[in-house]
Amino acid sequence: MQNVALVIVLAPLIGAIIAGLFKVNRTVAHSVTIGAVGISFFLSLYLFYQIIIAGHASFNETVYTWLVAGNVRLEIGFMIDSLTVLMMLVVTFVSWMVHFYTIGYMQDDPGYQRFFSYISLFTFSMLMLVMSNNFVQLFFGWEAVGLVSYLLIGFWFTRESAIYANLKAFLVNRVGDFGFVLGIAAVLMAFNTLSYTEVFELAKTGQYQQTISIVSGSEWSFITVICILLFIGAMGKSAQFPLHVWLPDSMEGPTPISALIHAATMVTAGIFMVARMSPLFELSTTALSFVMVIGGITALFMGILGLVQNDIKRVIAYSTLSQLGYMTVALGVSAYSVGIFHLMTHAFFKALLFLGAGSVIIAMHHEQDMRKMGGLKKYLPITYWTAVIGSIALCGFPFFSGFFSKDAIIEAAHHAYEAERAGAWFAYYAVLLGVFITALYTFRMLFLTFHGKERMDEHTREHLHESPWVVTGPLIALAIPSIFIGMFTLEPLVFGHYFEGAIFVDEAHQAFHPEHYHGVLNFIGHGLMQLPFWLALAGVGTAWFLYIKRPDIPGMIATRFALIHKILLDKYGFDRFNDWFFAGGARRIGSGLWQAGDVTLIDGLVNGSAKIVDWFSSVIRNVQTGFLYHYAFSMIIGLVVLLGWFVYIR
Amino acid sequence: MAVTLQRGNEKMLQRRVLTHNKEQITNMTDISLLSVLIWLPILGGIWVLFVESSAARPIALAVSLITFLFSLPLFFNFNVNTYEMQFTETLAWIPSLGINYQLGIDGFSMPLIILTTFTMVLVILAGWEVIKSKPAQYMAAFLIMEGLMIGVFSALDAILFYVFWEAMLIPMFIIIGVWGGPRRIYASIKFFLYTFLGSVLMLISLLYLYSQAHSFAILDFHQLPLTLEAQKWIFIAFLIAFAVKVPMWPVHTWLPDAHVEAPTGGSVILAAIMLKMGGYGFLRFSLPITPDASAAFDWLVIGLSLIAIVYISFVALVQQDMKKLIAYSSISHMGFATLGFFIGFIIYKNTNSLDGAAMAMEGGMMQMISHGFISGALFLCVGVLYDRLHSREIATYGGVANTMPLFAMFAVFFAMANSGLPGTSGFVGEFLVIISSFKANFWIAFTAATILILGAAYTLWMIKRVIYGAVANDGVASLKDINGRETFILVALAIAVLLFGIWPAPLLDVMHSSVQHLLEHILVSKIPPVM
Repeated sequence: MQNVALVIVLAPLIGAIIAGLFKVNRTVAHSVTIGAVGISFFLSLYLFYQIIIAGHASFNETVYTWLVAGNVRLEIGFMIDSLTVLMMLVVTFVSWMVHFYTIGYMQDDPGYQRFFSYISLFTFSMLMLVMSNNFVQLFFGWEAVGLVSYLLIGFWFTRESAIYANLKAFLVNRVGDFGFVLGIAAVLMAFNTLSYTEVFELAKTGQYQQTISIVSGSEWSFITVICILLFIGAMGKSAQFPLHVWLPDSMEGPTPISALIHAATMVTAGIFMVARMSPLFELSTTALSFVMVIGGITALFMGILGLVQNDIKRVIAYSTLSQLGYMTVALGVSAYSVGIFHLMTHAFFKALLFLGAGSVIIAMHHEQDMRKMGGLKKYLPITYWTAVIGSIALCGFPFFSGFFSKDAIIEAAHHAYEAERAGAWFAYYAVLLGVFITALYTFRMLFLTFHGKERMDEHTREHLHESPWVVTGPLIALAIPSIFIGMFTLEPLVFGHYFEGAIFVDEAHQAFHPEHYHGVLNFIGHGLMQLPFWLALAGVGTAWFLYIKRPDIPGMIATRFALIHKILLDKYGFDRFNDWFFAGGARRIGSGLWQAGDVTLIDGLVNGSAKIVDWFSSVIRNVQTGFLYHYAFSMIIGLVVLLGWFVYIR
Repeated sequence: MAVTLQRGNEKMLQRRVLTHNKEQITNMTDISLLSVLIWLPILGGIWVLFVESSAARPIALAVSLITFLFSLPLFFNFNVNTYEMQFTETLAWIPSLGINYQLGIDGFSMPLIILTTFTMVLVILAGWEVIKSKPAQYMAAFLIMEGLMIGVFSALDAILFYVFWEAMLIPMFIIIGVWGGPRRIYASIKFFLYTFLGSVLMLISLLYLYSQAHSFAILDFHQLPLTLEAQKWIFIAFLIAFAVKVPMWPVHTWLPDAHVEAPTGGSVILAAIMLKMGGYGFLRFSLPITPDASAAFDWLVIGLSLIAIVYISFVALVQQDMKKLIAYSSISHMGFATLGFFIGFIIYKNTNSLDGAAMAMEGGMMQMISHGFISGALFLCVGVLYDRLHSREIATYGGVANTMPLFAMFAVFFAMANSGLPGTSGFVGEFLVIISSFKANFWIAFTAATILILGAAYTLWMIKRVIYGAVANDGVASLKDINGRETFILVALAIAVLLFGIWPAPLLDVMHSSVQHLLEHILVSKIPPVM
């Protein structure tokens, strides 16, 4: 099985190298990378079959020893269990669809081969991340996907906004990684190993250092410190408040990577990581409360920002932030499997929405402002209907995939709320209210883009036509799981034993029990009677009223509540604050230290002493006159002094 | 386990046979590998001085290549199971004073020697077309310096060490002074004064140690009992000498000036090799000779290292000159080496085991080697741009990726390595030092880990302004992408960076015995019992 795993990982890497480093033509570039990712996908399916259906034991083996230092052996290896194969399938499938889609989307771009190389490299990195069996390789994948994200956000590197966004994304992620690396260091200190299985085993049996003194005089629970530090890493990668600021700007990248990296896969790495670390997080209710509160803030407040965006991609980006918040809440309330469940359904419908938006953008000649769209339904029928499917799935209407995962999250949050876990009341109300917001911004987007008056200029309208099959094909391929994946996987993932052995949940935190499950229809029937469903309906209704029935009202609201509108447009002021405080502050500190410290103080002293040497040598120079009698005289004086010293002192 | 042990024994046995044979050869010809590595480039350099300038380049390249190839057996025949000096040779030099021509290497010096020979080939190539005035002298200066630097890393006699240490400054001084930029005189004098100050203090310490040990053998110094008082004075003198070389804050200000004025090759050698001598000095002199003082003053070195990491990073952020920026980045990254060497005392106190300390020290060594590749590569990248537009100012550039896509790829790659991206060698050392210093103190690890943010900030901000963006001006529009020679150099460095990033184990394996031995040695007090 190790060879299969190696091929799955290395095939995309080889594809990336061929497409990127060798001067191949376009056809070779996309054939090679699509072939490679296809191989990974089908082999992932094979592993899925082996482990889940044929019931083989999960796989955990070392490939090679990365290094040995002290008594610690750091290795590169794979751990493939139910959680991993699920992620592998999601990653390779979405990546594969995006590869096809890119043929159409990037066909006029001079950087065609480079793009294919990057997305294949991304697939390699992401697979390394999810298939790792230890923290070092996890961190490798973690940073490698960050690198590719950096390269892809700045893909159009002549655009100032793009290269600003990619630098920002990398640095904000590095803030998260800063916490993450300290978290890994803490794990090493507590457990003296960085291998998952060993760490989890020791955590289960309680054989680790229990407390750590960070501020002298107070002992903190070590496991809480570890979990919070690791979660800071997740906050960077999965764009949780307040490290969310990079994700909306990442929309500067080409749309296929917004779908693949900034919606379906990379940004969910943090969610995956916390789920993977469930044996650790379960030991610290404090850390879990922190997680759920952060998730709640992100889920609600980032969704609200989606209401005022006019750029179609940014609406979806804020929606992604909000949905990541939902997943984080799921983690915080110990419903890791539900978080992963939502990760999976979200990967399909969000990739679908992004690729749909991309199709719209191609049709509109790279116009992304929804105020210049409208009525596109009749020009782009396939795009429209798939976007409807994606939207309905996102809002969580019964039978669609998002319904099951979102309802399960709310259900789990409610369970935690009733169990009176700290912070759970906030998380519960945040995700509940978020349902209304989600439906509102989603249908606002749908209505503004596809319905109503046609607001584009005449020239654009004349050229409007449906995208080619390489674009619509992936849309359809993603629409199918967006509808059906939820109802088929609900039972094993949420109520069943699918994640047994991979995800560990304390019995007291368990929200879903197999005996409470009475079939999909029962689950839906239950959902129809709950608040979330009606909130979603209300959201759609409000959107319809505001953007179809009375499109004059939104403007009136904006003027009436000008202050709130301004705050929302300002994205709560985070970007301005960060630019002023962190970016500006760092530059001010740098200049201050340089001018005051290096130039004035240190070099002042150095040059000063050089001047003293200069002065001293100019004095000495007077002695060396070149006249023989001066030298002879001084020699005589020297002799006298020497003799005198001998006579009187000795 | 048993199998590996057995295999290890077999290997040791084989090695013993090998060394035995080698001793015989040595006896026959009185020449050993280390001497060849020292004198081959020096004699080659002198030869180059006397040939026509058209022949100077190929001869210099051949000499450096042969030296590199001859240095490889040091790695492949290295016995990783012993801390004892290997490839040793001893000749009486000045018997009346007990000064010997004594050479030998261990797990600390061997990687540094190979780094030297490897880098030198690339430096000779980098100066191939660029150096138009006095190319023969230029090549000769570098070759002679190569021999002297290998001498520094392999000398086991304090006076021999000192001679190499001082002599090495002369070619560097000439390189900056002759082929340097407009302010080369200021820079070379500053460079000389700083290092001279350190050297004098070191010489005094060595003489004192001789007066106590009646020998100049460095290994005898290691065994010499010293009072805490004496150790403290010696430690401070060594600290100043080595801190200038590393350089550590606040004796670092010569480095940016020297880099800015030095020609590209000079900068590469300065950053890749010369800075490492400071770190090497701590391992060969400070720690083993004055272990008690090192333990007493560890807070000082740790503090200065952390200041280097944070303070210097902020300073690097606001530099307008690419070479200055990379020079400051070097200082900041070298902070990890010194931190890794001295954090072990606290780790040992907290964990009562040498393992964490070993990890930190190996991390520091790894950082030195890796920094050799990465900073060398970055200086070469700046050199590539400087050769074309004769400016090091960031503001001169913008959108270089449009006209030099191949170059841009390398620049971004090495920038990422400088930011410590996993998979590159830049990650390994920093990672090991951070995760081991967590065992010493949370806040030390916290401060050191800020390099993740700051290092990426100053490196990638420079990349954004130089490489990315629209074509900024006619100068950038006229740029030609790197040629085959330049590509070869950057590819060689990229391979090294990737290799040790993906598989650092072989490099760390050669250090284990030496690190273990040094740590065991420094935990035994050298203070003589009071009568």
